[in-house]
Amino acid sequence: MTRYAAMFAKNEGALGAFLMLGDPGIAACEGYLDALVEGGADMIELGIPFSDPIADGPVIQAAAVRALRAEVRTGDCLQMIARFRARYPSVPVGVLTYANIVAARGIERFAVELAEAGADSLLVADVPSLEARPYAAAARAAGIEPVMIAAPNTPDEVIGRIASLSSGYTYCVARAGVTGADRMLTLDHRRLFAALAGAGAPPPVLGFGISSPSQVAEALAHGARGVICGSALVDRIARGAPPAEIASFVGELKAATVLDFATPGI
Amino acid sequence: MLKDGRFGRFGGAYVPEILVPAITALERAFLATRDDPGFQAELDGLLTTYAGRPTPLTRCRNLGAGKARIYLKREDLLHGGAHKTNQVLAQGLLAQRMGKRRLIAETGAGQHGVATAMAGALLGFETRIYMGADDVERQQLNVFRMELMGAEVVPVTTGGRTLKDAVNEALRDWTASFADTHYLLGTVAGPHPFPLMVREFQRVIGREARVQILEIEGRLPDAVIACVGGGSNAIGIFADFIADEEVALIGVEAAGKGLEGRDHAATLLRGRTGVLHGAETFLLQDKDGQVDDTWSVSAGLDYPAVGPEHAHLKEIGRAEYVGATDEEALAAFVALARSEGIIPAFESAHAVAHALKLAGESDDHPVLLVNLSGRGDKDMASAQRLLK
Repeated sequence: MTRYAAMFAKNEGALGAFLMLGDPGIAACEGYLDALVEGGADMIELGIPFSDPIADGPVIQAAAVRALRAEVRTGDCLQMIARFRARYPSVPVGVLTYANIVAARGIERFAVELAEAGADSLLVADVPSLEARPYAAAARAAGIEPVMIAAPNTPDEVIGRIASLSSGYTYCVARAGVTGADRMLTLDHRRLFAALAGAGAPPPVLGFGISSPSQVAEALAHGARGVICGSALVDRIARGAPPAEIASFVGELKAATVLDFATPGI
Repeated sequence: MLKDGRFGRFGGAYVPEILVPAITALERAFLATRDDPGFQAELDGLLTTYAGRPTPLTRCRNLGAGKARIYLKREDLLHGGAHKTNQVLAQGLLAQRMGKRRLIAETGAGQHGVATAMAGALLGFETRIYMGADDVERQQLNVFRMELMGAEVVPVTTGGRTLKDAVNEALRDWTASFADTHYLLGTVAGPHPFPLMVREFQRVIGREARVQILEIEGRLPDAVIACVGGGSNAIGIFADFIADEEVALIGVEAAGKGLEGRDHAATLLRGRTGVLHGAETFLLQDKDGQVDDTWSVSAGLDYPAVGPEHAHLKEIGRAEYVGATDEEALAAFVALARSEGIIPAFESAHAVAHALKLAGESDDHPVLLVNLSGRGDKDMASAQRLLK
């Protein structure tokens, strides 16, 4: 059983926690990674910084800038993943990055290096399902699960393609936009979860804009199998929060995933 | 999507899944205009009565005399002062047909922003221009021009605070706003359908020039020369000559302070294949794929990627790409002003510089067609500073 499958087999919502690798520096970031696990995160999503992150809002972009200013390179990120894997053999680790970071090493080589470091999945933010075939094939060949993004405005035929290409989980975006953009459209994602289920896509995990226990509970009540909290964590790191505060915040979010299943109807 | 948006192995649509419906709708609307006589008639009307097409083809009386016959395609005489006007009018009309009420655009030095503000004013759109905060500081006059025409200029303080960061910000806006907003991208870069669409909206340059030079010379030129940043003026003048194998197509990149260092924007000469702003193309980047900051005296060429069709034309050997340094471009800028009484944009001066180089090297009196893509008014303050 894959690490993601084992995680979803537990009878509770999965809490994913996102950090940018190397933010604000390698050693400090590793301290935060430990805090995520300590706080109760079920899955860890790790960004590899890119200079031009078009799918991210200002908070995540600023994290990439901090990591790059600290001279964190892709090779450093792979080593951080490998060290995390050595510390936590069973926690699923997903990598989020951009096409050019993957292309610079070569798609096949990148996937192999991710697998050797012990990562479980790869999501390339600017590779839509339309362009995803070579990325998904290279990932699978290396034993990495290709994760894809679905949005409330994603048409059914694209959902079908996502279902056939991806595995691990489906990264669902909560609204049409990037985190922190000033003009947001709130769209219903219940329809999306139903469409994904109908197409046989991997379990839906809701990301983007998750920052409070009530949002976690609501997402799970609407049919998400998990949530990913990113900007809210990264923002705390940007403000210099100590690892203990991060662990405690993660703990609050995690409590809401258990609560949801204990109290149906929220 | 109806097409894969590829030029050979380059191009494509590398955007977040959430933007795919936006570019799919744009592709559909664009392809529909090709068979829509109403659209073409309205666009032709605007190009003629508002923008001032056709632009003349000017034979240089003095520049290169005795060595070559240099012809200038006078996009500098277009309303707005550059070729940008051609395609902002076309995309503006397209956005109207798509029922959008708002335009957004990126700009570097401000030329595309000014052009978009112009189209926004003319066609009744709310218009927002993203511009790197450093560029806003350097190009106050263009910021004022945009605001005068009713556009809102948003300084971008993220990343390197220049053109590529403005593109990032415009793409972010569009991701949240495409229901009522058209992203009026300024060049033949970006995801499909922009490279194809902007080429089609700019190919009027070469279509006119081909007819004009055949009328005057009775034959095709030996070479067509244009500067390349993103590459829209170059594709615009190349497109109708691509099938004419005997015509050399030459793109001139900004070699800045020299190709040996890092202070240039010669993407095709010094870059590697990568993915930026939606397209697989040549990029100036480090070994890990982090995109470089670039340098050119001309802000319009100061971009680390290039339109994917240029990458393809280079790879198949149909077009040749060369560099002109800041110094060479400035020398050509002065030469054209002194010898012909025409002050070119710094961008276009790169193309003039290469034409002068060719004229000096050849004994065959070649016929050279240069796209004078814009006029130099915007560069007066810099020129004054640099030439003193």
